[in-house]
Amino acid sequence: MLTNNLDAAVAQRHAATSQAHDGGAEPVISIRGLHKRYGDTEAVRGIDLEIHRGEIFAFLGPNGAGKTTTVEILEGFRRATSGEVEVLGHNPWRAPGSWRERIGIVLQESEAEPGLTVRECLELYAGYYREPRDVDETLELVDLAAQDDQRASALSGGQRRRLDVALALIGDPELLFLDEPTTGFDPSARRAAWDVISGLRDLGKTVFLTTHYMEEAERLADRIAVIAAGQIVAQGTPQTLGGRQFEATQITFTPPVGASASDLPAAIAERAQPQPDGRVLLASTTVAADLHLLSGWALEWGLELDDIEVARPTLEDVYLQLTRESHDQHRS
Amino acid sequence: MFFLIKYLIRLWRRRQQPQQPAETEPEASSREPRTRARRVAPAGPSAAARGPLAVLAHELRYDLKTSLRNPRARFVTFLFPVLLLVIFNSAFGGGHTNIAGQQITLARFYVPGIMTLSIVMGSYGMLVQSITVLRETGVLKRRRATPVPPGILIAGQALTTVVTVGITVAILLAVAKVGYGIGFAPGAIAAIACTGVLATLACACVGFLVSSLIGSPEAAMPVVQATMLPLWFLSGVFIPMSNLSAGLRAVGDAFPVEHAANSLHLASVSSSFGGALDGTDLLVLAAWALGAAALAAWRFSWLPSTAKA
Repeated sequence: MLTNNLDAAVAQRHAATSQAHDGGAEPVISIRGLHKRYGDTEAVRGIDLEIHRGEIFAFLGPNGAGKTTTVEILEGFRRATSGEVEVLGHNPWRAPGSWRERIGIVLQESEAEPGLTVRECLELYAGYYREPRDVDETLELVDLAAQDDQRASALSGGQRRRLDVALALIGDPELLFLDEPTTGFDPSARRAAWDVISGLRDLGKTVFLTTHYMEEAERLADRIAVIAAGQIVAQGTPQTLGGRQFEATQITFTPPVGASASDLPAAIAERAQPQPDGRVLLASTTVAADLHLLSGWALEWGLELDDIEVARPTLEDVYLQLTRESHDQHRS
Repeated sequence: MFFLIKYLIRLWRRRQQPQQPAETEPEASSREPRTRARRVAPAGPSAAARGPLAVLAHELRYDLKTSLRNPRARFVTFLFPVLLLVIFNSAFGGGHTNIAGQQITLARFYVPGIMTLSIVMGSYGMLVQSITVLRETGVLKRRRATPVPPGILIAGQALTTVVTVGITVAILLAVAKVGYGIGFAPGAIAAIACTGVLATLACACVGFLVSSLIGSPEAAMPVVQATMLPLWFLSGVFIPMSNLSAGLRAVGDAFPVEHAANSLHLASVSSSFGGALDGTDLLVLAAWALGAAALAAWRFSWLPSTAKA
C-alpha cells in the first residue's frame, strides 16, 4: 500500500543512512542482568539482550511476563532495580533530552490528541523535535494524506494506529519501540500495519517490537526473544527459535483404502503412528527421504495420497511450549 | 465569542506569516550539505529549534486549540458563569450587603463572586478532568516520550487555563457593565488581573495535585463537584461571608477560593489598584500554589495508573 511513497523515502534516506550502517554490529540496545522489583514481586529477573542497528527485534511473552516493564525501562519511563541498560549509548533513566530526539515510541494503548486534526497532531509533535521530518511526507508514508483534515479521534482503528506510527516517526528517530502495534486489529488492518513496519526496516530504522502474535513476529522480525515469568526463555531467528529447526517435521496422510500402517515400507512403518481419526502421523527428521519412500510406495501400489500434509511445528507451538514450561517450573 | 477568538487567532497567524520567509532564508544560506536539513518543514525551523520559549508558545497554541474545541469545556468555562450571573442577578440582584464597610447591591456582589467561580472551574475543574483523561488515555505518556521538556507540557496546560479564565473574566466584566451597569475602576481591573492570574495558577497547581490522586477519568467529575460545591457557599461566592458563622468562615478561610473571592470583592468597591488587593490573600494564594506544586511534582505521573507490570 505504501510502496511508492516508501521507495521515494528510501531513496532520500539512503545517503544519510549508509554512513550509519557502516557502524556495523554496534548494539543499539544492550541489557545486562536487568532486574525490576515492585515491592515484593520481581517483574523482571535478570535479562540479557542485545539489539543491533537496522534489525527488527520481536519481544514475545504472555501478559504479566515482564514485557511492558522491560520496554518501559528501555524507554526511560521506569527505573531498573539493578543491572545495566544502555539505549543509544545512554542509560534511559538518566538520558538527556536530546536522547529522546533519537527514539520514537508507539504505545500499546494511547488515544488520539483530543480535538486536533491529523495534520495538527503531526505539527504539534514536529514542534517538539529540532529536526523533524516533513509533515506531508510523513502523512504519505503512513498513507494518511487524504485524512489530514479529519479529527484524529474520528479515524478508524487501523488509521489511528498509522497516525501513532506517524507521530513516532515525525522526529526521524533511529530507534522505534512498537508496543503491540496490531492488538485488536482486523486481518486486513493488520496486513496494512505489517507493510508499514517492514517499511521501517527499509528506512534503516531499528525496531523493537512487542507482540502477542506469533505470525506477526515470524513475518516481521529478524530476531525473536521470548520472555516468561521475567526471564528470557529463548532467543533466535524465527526459523531457529527454541530449537525449532531440530524439531521433527510432521507428515500426515490417510492410508489408501485396504492398506494399513503395517503395509508401509519397513523404514517408515516403525515410526508411523495411527491417529484416532484414521490418519497416520509420521514424525520425520529426514523429510526428503521419507517422502521419497512414501511416494515410491504409493506409486508401486498404484495408490493416491490425497490428503498428505507436511508441517513443521509452528512458531506458536514452540512459543506455547516455552512459556508453559517456564510457567510450570515457576509453580513447582 | 468563539468566532471572535478564532478570528483573533487567525489575525495573529496572518501576522506571523510574513515573518516566516525572512526566518527561512538565513537558514537556507547556511545550509550544510546534509540530507537532514532538506527535511525541515517549509514553514521554517521547528519550535524546538527556536528555543524553549518558542516550544512553550507552540505547546500553548495547540493546548488552547484542544481546549477551545472541547464543547463541554466551552460550556463550563465560558457559558456557565455568564448564565449563573444572569440567573443570580435576576433572582436576588435587588438585595444589599456589606463589603469592606460599604453597602452594595447583591448585583454588584455577584460579579466578583461568579468571577471567582469561573476562575476555579476554569483552572482547577478543567485541569483535574483533562489531566486525568490525558494521562489515562496515554496521551501524556506519548508526549513525555518526545524531547519536549516536561516543564513545558505542564506550563502549557497551566497557561491555557490562564488564557481561558482571562477570557471568561473579560466576558463577565463586559456583561456586568453592559447588562447591569456595574462598572469597575481601571485600577481595580488591574488588581483583578493580578489576583485572577495568581488564583488561576494556584487552582491549577491544586488541579495537578488532585488529578494525580485520581485513578480513572470517570472519578474526575464527581471529585471536582464534591470539592468545589461546598466551597462556593463557604467562600463568599454565592453568599456574603458576613452571613456565615465564625466557624464556617474559618473553614472557608483555609482554602484558596475564599482568598481569591475576598480580593475580587475588594476590587468591586475600590477605585485604586492598591485598595483592591489584600496582601494576606495574595500570600495565601501563593502558598497554596507553591505547596500544591511541590506535592504535585512529587506525586505526578505521566503513565496511566492502570499500566500493567
